[in-house]
Amino acid sequence: MSVNRVVDWLEERIDLGAFRHLLQEKVVPVHHHTIWYYFGGMTLFLFVIQVVTGILLTFYYRPSAEEAYESVQFLMTEVQFGWLVRSIHSWSANLMVATMMIHLFSVYLTQAYRKPRELTWVTGMLLFAIVLTFGFSGYLLPWNVLSFFATKVGTNVAGQVPVVGHTLVRFLRGGDEVTGGTLSRFYGLHIAILPLLTTLILGLHLFLVQQQGMSVPPDVERASAQQPIRTMPFAPNFLLRDLFGWFAALGVLAALAAIYPWELGQKADPFASAPAGIRPEWYFVFMFQTLKYIPARVGPFDGEVLGVMGFGLGGLFLFLVPFLDKRAALGEPSPLFRWTGIGIILYIAVFTALGYLAPGPK
Amino acid sequence: MRIALRVALFGFLMAAPCLLLPVPSAEAMHACIDCHKGLKEERLSRPVKKIADDYHMIRGLKCQDCHGGDHTAFDNKEASHSRAKGFLGKPKRQDIPAFCGKCHSDPRYMRKFNPKIRTDQVKEYYTSVHGQKLREGDKHVAVCISCHDVHAIRAIKDQAAWTYPIQVAETCSRCHADAKYMKDYKIPTDQLKNYEKSIHYEVLTKKGDISAPTCPSCHGNHGATPPGVDSVANVCSNCHAAVAELFAKSVHEEAFSDLGQPACVTCHGNHEVLKPSDELLAGGKDTPCATCHEENSSELKKANEIRTLLQDLAKGIDRAEAILTRAEHAGMEVGPPRFELIEAKDALIKARAETHLVKVKRIKTLTTPAVVIAEKTVKKGQELMVQLQFRRKGLAASLLVIAAALIGLFFKIREVDRRGPSG
Repeated sequence: MSVNRVVDWLEERIDLGAFRHLLQEKVVPVHHHTIWYYFGGMTLFLFVIQVVTGILLTFYYRPSAEEAYESVQFLMTEVQFGWLVRSIHSWSANLMVATMMIHLFSVYLTQAYRKPRELTWVTGMLLFAIVLTFGFSGYLLPWNVLSFFATKVGTNVAGQVPVVGHTLVRFLRGGDEVTGGTLSRFYGLHIAILPLLTTLILGLHLFLVQQQGMSVPPDVERASAQQPIRTMPFAPNFLLRDLFGWFAALGVLAALAAIYPWELGQKADPFASAPAGIRPEWYFVFMFQTLKYIPARVGPFDGEVLGVMGFGLGGLFLFLVPFLDKRAALGEPSPLFRWTGIGIILYIAVFTALGYLAPGPK
Repeated sequence: MRIALRVALFGFLMAAPCLLLPVPSAEAMHACIDCHKGLKEERLSRPVKKIADDYHMIRGLKCQDCHGGDHTAFDNKEASHSRAKGFLGKPKRQDIPAFCGKCHSDPRYMRKFNPKIRTDQVKEYYTSVHGQKLREGDKHVAVCISCHDVHAIRAIKDQAAWTYPIQVAETCSRCHADAKYMKDYKIPTDQLKNYEKSIHYEVLTKKGDISAPTCPSCHGNHGATPPGVDSVANVCSNCHAAVAELFAKSVHEEAFSDLGQPACVTCHGNHEVLKPSDELLAGGKDTPCATCHEENSSELKKANEIRTLLQDLAKGIDRAEAILTRAEHAGMEVGPPRFELIEAKDALIKARAETHLVKVKRIKTLTTPAVVIAEKTVKKGQELMVQLQFRRKGLAASLLVIAAALIGLFFKIREVDRRGPSG
């Protein structure tokens, strides 16, 4: 009763049409690809967990080479449930990248990027790039041996970018080497710049999703040309299913955090030699592994430069796919793009597996 | 224009005499090599094959710098090997130290290559058993080339050098482990076999610590001689300084001296220096203590007391390590207690060193607080395990709540699906 009064009070002052539409009229198509609709919401849920646990971590974290490791150690050993907050933050970050990848490739393979959702795709790709940067910058913050050397190797790769490579490395590191200066700028990036960008782009992404509704895959559309596609109300039917998935994710997160707490390792020592088996976070492993396989020189070109340029072009292709895939825009099947997508997924899966099973040449 | 012509003419006139000088070609620089490599007799062609790896060549020396002769007399064996032109050929074995010493004992010459290099090797060599026997006419003993190779002489820092720390024991043993070769000298030939069982060998080869002792560390290199009974403690003290200082103040120092027993070696052995264990102090029949002290003597009881103190601390540290490792494997953060345990470990090292002074009271002052630290660490480890159980129980409880919520949601979804069928 009181809820109605609050709604009435608000409605007298602002237009709640959009919310009313969302709650009363928005529907979600039901077909054999409906399962993929849940991964966007799941990523959003994990992102909210990241924000909450991230804010809690800032209460204790001190971003300097002298204090970062000790502050995380203090958080994990002395602060009540500090270990849980940090573990959930780390595990949730990894799960978020995983659900985001599933979301991205399910959207790609169902060609949901086609007209009129080009901008939704572009904002989604931007969010993906931001999330990877979140992962890369956050990995360094505990200032342990693994994160230090992984950052050193990762920023070195940025140095292979033609023309601006050296400047880019200096910009990323805040100097020629990974130091406390790098840590403080990664911290600024991680807790200020990236959250601001995410808020803006995520807002736009969600706005576009609400404006345009869920995309129906072209093959489903073609198969049901004669009759309307079955739907379910967004609220409560879809929302409850979303909630079900979120609770399940929460259970998985709790179990991972309690059974496999994110370890802290040894404090970084910039003067020590790199330990064996340095490897970046799993979502960068396929690139890391590829660079290992590319010979030092390919004809007149530097192998690593070619590799980095290849990844750049691959990213650009994905970014621009709605504008390249003309057939999908017309609602026609486009096998070339479909198989290219499957190829990219297979490539990422195989090279990630190789990174763990066959570390290969150094 | 005329000035330019004048300059060009002047330049030509200055350069013309140079054209008449015989400038050795690149090939001519290796005239000895070029000729010797084609020789059928293996002993004459072998030096050419080996010389490629020689450090002297790397530093710019050529065959004639050691062997003399006229290296410009191509295809003329007589002229190139002319004694009148300083050709020395292959030196006799007893002349080798002097042959190498021509340069290596000349500080003025050697400082061109390395101002810090020593130039007393030959002098020192003649103080060694090898050198003395060579002077007496024994041609079996080691000379420079026995340890440094010939025509493939490498710098000591070169890992492939016979004198590189990891290789040198093998080099010495080529003669010293050969019972037939050593027959006339009446000395043991099992040194390498024993050394390979030692902690020194383990540190040198398995840990790759090239500062670990090997033959020359105790015997010297050019002046190789076995350390005498009275000097062995000094030899060991070069590395084990703290222990040596304690031993020098102990009752054993005088006692060993009176008995004519070599310090260090009496308890630890010489080539087969095993990793010392607290068991050495057990006082039983096979322990070093029992070689001098009688069974049930007060000294052996003291040794037992020291051993108990050390073993109690070691066991405490092991217990603490074990529980911390268990907690660590379960994902707990064990950095701070492990850091505190370092103090106890340091105390154990110091207490073990103190055994050389044989003062129970001093050892106790080190072990007593360290045992307390180890116990505290065990307690912290136990607390971590309790916390681990708390986490597991907390997880189980939260999973129950989540499972209940999921079941509730499942029924709610069924209910709303039934109530409002999809349109």
